[in-house]
Amino acid sequence: MATSHDSASLTVKPTVPWYRDRNARAIAFQIIALSAVILLGWYLVSNTMHNMATRNIATGWGFLGLEAGFGISEHVISYTPADTYGRAIVVGFLNTIKVAVIGIILATIIGVVVGLARLSSNWLVARMATVYVEALRNVPLLLQLIIWYGLIIAMPGPRQAVQMMPGVFLTGRGVYYPSIESEPVHTWMAVLFVVGILLTWAYSRWAKRRQDETGKAAPLLLPAIGFIIGLPLLIWLIAGAPLTLGLPELKGFNFAGGSVLSPEFAAMVVGLSTYTGAFIAEVVRSGIQAVSHGQSEAARALGLRPMLVTRLVVFPQSLRVIVPPLTSQYLNLTKNSSLAVAIGYPDLVSTGNTALNQTGQAVECIAIIMGVYLAISLAISLFMNWYNKHIALVER
Amino acid sequence: MTAAADADLIPARRPPSSETGAVGWIRHNLFSGWFNTIVTIIAAFVAYKVIVGALSYTIFNAVWTGTPQTCQDMLGKGACWLAVEDRYRFILFGPFDYDQQWRGGLVIALFCVMVALSAIRRLWGRNLIIAWVAMLAVVLWLMHGGLGLKVVDTSKWGGLPLTLLLAFAGIIFAFPLGIVLALGRRSNMPAIKALCVAYIELIRGVPLISVLFMASVMFPLFLPENITIDKVLRAQVGIILFTAAYTAEAIRGGLQAVPKGQYEAADALGLGYWRKMSLIVLPQALKISIPSIVNNFISTLKDTSLVTIIALYDLLNTSKIAFNEPQWRSFFFDGFLVAGLIYFVFCFSISRISIKIERVLDVGHKRR
Amino acid sequence: MSQPIITMNKVNKWYGEFHVLRDIELSVSKGERIVVCGPSGSGKSTLIRCINRLEEHQAGSIKVDGIELTDDVKNIEQIRREVGMVFQHFNLFPHLTVLENCCLGPIWVRKMPRAEAEEIAMKYLKRVRIPEQANKYPGQLSGGQQQRVAIARSLCMNPKIMLFDEPTSALDPEMVKEVLDVMIGLAEDGGMTMLCVTHEMGFARSVAHRVIFMDRGQIIEQNDPETFFHNPQNERTKLFLSQILAH
Repeated sequence: MATSHDSASLTVKPTVPWYRDRNARAIAFQIIALSAVILLGWYLVSNTMHNMATRNIATGWGFLGLEAGFGISEHVISYTPADTYGRAIVVGFLNTIKVAVIGIILATIIGVVVGLARLSSNWLVARMATVYVEALRNVPLLLQLIIWYGLIIAMPGPRQAVQMMPGVFLTGRGVYYPSIESEPVHTWMAVLFVVGILLTWAYSRWAKRRQDETGKAAPLLLPAIGFIIGLPLLIWLIAGAPLTLGLPELKGFNFAGGSVLSPEFAAMVVGLSTYTGAFIAEVVRSGIQAVSHGQSEAARALGLRPMLVTRLVVFPQSLRVIVPPLTSQYLNLTKNSSLAVAIGYPDLVSTGNTALNQTGQAVECIAIIMGVYLAISLAISLFMNWYNKHIALVER
Repeated sequence: MTAAADADLIPARRPPSSETGAVGWIRHNLFSGWFNTIVTIIAAFVAYKVIVGALSYTIFNAVWTGTPQTCQDMLGKGACWLAVEDRYRFILFGPFDYDQQWRGGLVIALFCVMVALSAIRRLWGRNLIIAWVAMLAVVLWLMHGGLGLKVVDTSKWGGLPLTLLLAFAGIIFAFPLGIVLALGRRSNMPAIKALCVAYIELIRGVPLISVLFMASVMFPLFLPENITIDKVLRAQVGIILFTAAYTAEAIRGGLQAVPKGQYEAADALGLGYWRKMSLIVLPQALKISIPSIVNNFISTLKDTSLVTIIALYDLLNTSKIAFNEPQWRSFFFDGFLVAGLIYFVFCFSISRISIKIERVLDVGHKRR
Repeated sequence: MSQPIITMNKVNKWYGEFHVLRDIELSVSKGERIVVCGPSGSGKSTLIRCINRLEEHQAGSIKVDGIELTDDVKNIEQIRREVGMVFQHFNLFPHLTVLENCCLGPIWVRKMPRAEAEEIAMKYLKRVRIPEQANKYPGQLSGGQQQRVAIARSLCMNPKIMLFDEPTSALDPEMVKEVLDVMIGLAEDGGMTMLCVTHEMGFARSVAHRVIFMDRGQIIEQNDPETFFHNPQNERTKLFLSQILAH
């Protein structure tokens, strides 16, 4: 039997008292929580303002334009104590980036090698890799940095320098290495390097097209090496192979000529890359193990050679698993570079800290430090989200 | 069934000797193929050098008795254990009152015992948590004094007891805060969710050192003039706030792993939000996230070393300062060796326990 | 049936101390279809996995299509080109489409141009009756569909021998039939040598030339399906049959 409802009865809803209505409750709860946070924030801020006033500490960002008055031992851009605090902090930031980038590159190399070693069928190599990983992961990074730094500066002075390779000297004042004088041919080499990369890309497209059409696969690795390394090498040879090395030579009590890596920088790079390399090794290992055994079996059963099995089936899938924790490790390395302040490498935290001590403007300086690291973290997170969406396996 | 059905038609035989036993194992794992053989030889050489070098430095050439001059003669070739014998008290306990250092030793022993007990599955439960909190109270009493013990000011707290206290108190207090943050992050209420996300992402995006700076330099500014906070307390609060963000993420992973059906069943029974969480969801979520939390704890233990930078006398700092005297100054490395060994023993043992726990709980394994 | 395409001579295999294959003697003729059955742990999967060298035997000799199976890489590659394998858990490549999964072998191992490989792939996808899924990813297909793609993938290599390792054991019951139908269709087209490890006795009855029963690493009994099922000789065979044919 059909029933009809007239419009009047449809608009009558049972009234719910506001204190039991779920939505109203939620809104009330949020208002209370927000108010509490705002009140707390206001309390802290007003205290801070009052305390800063009584201690005669300035507020605001004006201090960034004041003269810094302190020296920085190494700087990527020019800097003197007459420069501003703002410039000092930028110098610190650039030092952080410098040590982070080099650290990341080295840590990745170490991590991949050690991670593969842990999976090796050679028992001895696998055990040694395990010892490396466990030894470095269970000792605080700060301790390792201090040990590396202590060992480097305990090296003898330039007169009794340890020669590691021809032209490379390890001393308590740093690592001296030959510098290469710039030649006109270097610009051409750089140009050809880029040309080589473009050629390799074009060649790989041509090779793929040819394979699609005829089935014949063309080799990739050797031509790539030929283009990217061979071309610049060729033009260098044609130019007469000019190579003027600025060799560090002992003159009196110190070395003259060549370039030097400061003990602080050397300790940071070695400490950060070996430590993070141990974690990356675990990421690589678990990424490769995550690809189920059946995948490589199926590929082998089809008759694919081991190299192709790795390249076409195992590697793409393990990359999915490896990249997210890998970028997380890169982020950790960048944050860990902040420990530089303990061994005197002038990174962002170090210069920011000096500025803080001199001006007393703790809030602003710490805010700058945190803000910069936060920006770096957000950038890396955004990249990760994009990457994950981009390569996600399509599923039902 | 006749006996004939059970008799093996072909009895099992042992594999040929080249396949098994020591010979077979060596052949397969070390010398299968010429490339592997070369690698084994190189690796064995390197391992030999390292092991012999380490043993000779720490044991055979090390200086156990004698004078500082004996140590100086062996600098670089043998460890100066003389220096460690002289200064081990400072390394272990920092500037703590000399005659009261037994209290520090007791603190260390208590922590070790509690960790060992926590590894036994049968003892898990509410009682264990109460035991931890009670032990923490006892530790605080031992460190601080009062009620029959001589009071020792926090400026004299140091060494291993301080490191352990900072780490364990850090994770114990970060735990409830982490639960609240994780629940808030998964909440449907936008304001709550935004607050929690902001907190977690802010803390996880910055290095611990900046949080410690904030704690040690800015906390005095946050509070009215007449209130002063103890330096150790500032560092402790900084560590708690920092660890809470990471713990929250670990717990959030556990909450996500609890099947949706559990939430629905609890709702269907008519349980309110907090009952649902405390009786049904959190017990399951926490169980799943225990391995992550334990890994967080190992990182926290290592991170306590950063309080060196704000001038607290943790184990790293004491081992750094211990040999500042002129006679022992050259042997700084051996002090670090001792500290490194202590950290390694604690962290490695806890990570082994964590693996055992994971196997018992049958969940996966990640580490920061 | 004619000359043997697979011969196994006194083949033995150990996992560590465990003797998993004991003195296996087997001869498979070209075009013959064999079903291998037995309790779990009897070594039947290991047996067929030795044929394409996914497992290595430590004693005895195995010859496939006239090529001896040793550590010689060239021999192994040649054999794998002629032997196709279908796995219990499909093992499709999740990051490639169905079509790409099928073209992988022909392009990279048989060195075919892409267009030719795709033509062959579509032909076999039609044969297994899912040509419309060619551009989907394995994760979007049901279990039965995935296994049919796996069969097509192996067929694209034009093998002389097809190995099936419990192909329907991981499937929901309603999907078992669609896969068995494909396998029966393959048998009825004639010519393909098939070795199949399975519990599907109906399939054995309708398609197999020979049924082999294995227990504890050895071949206990082998016979044509009629004799095997109605007149088993060995006590063990009788016990096994009574267990699996009970319902």
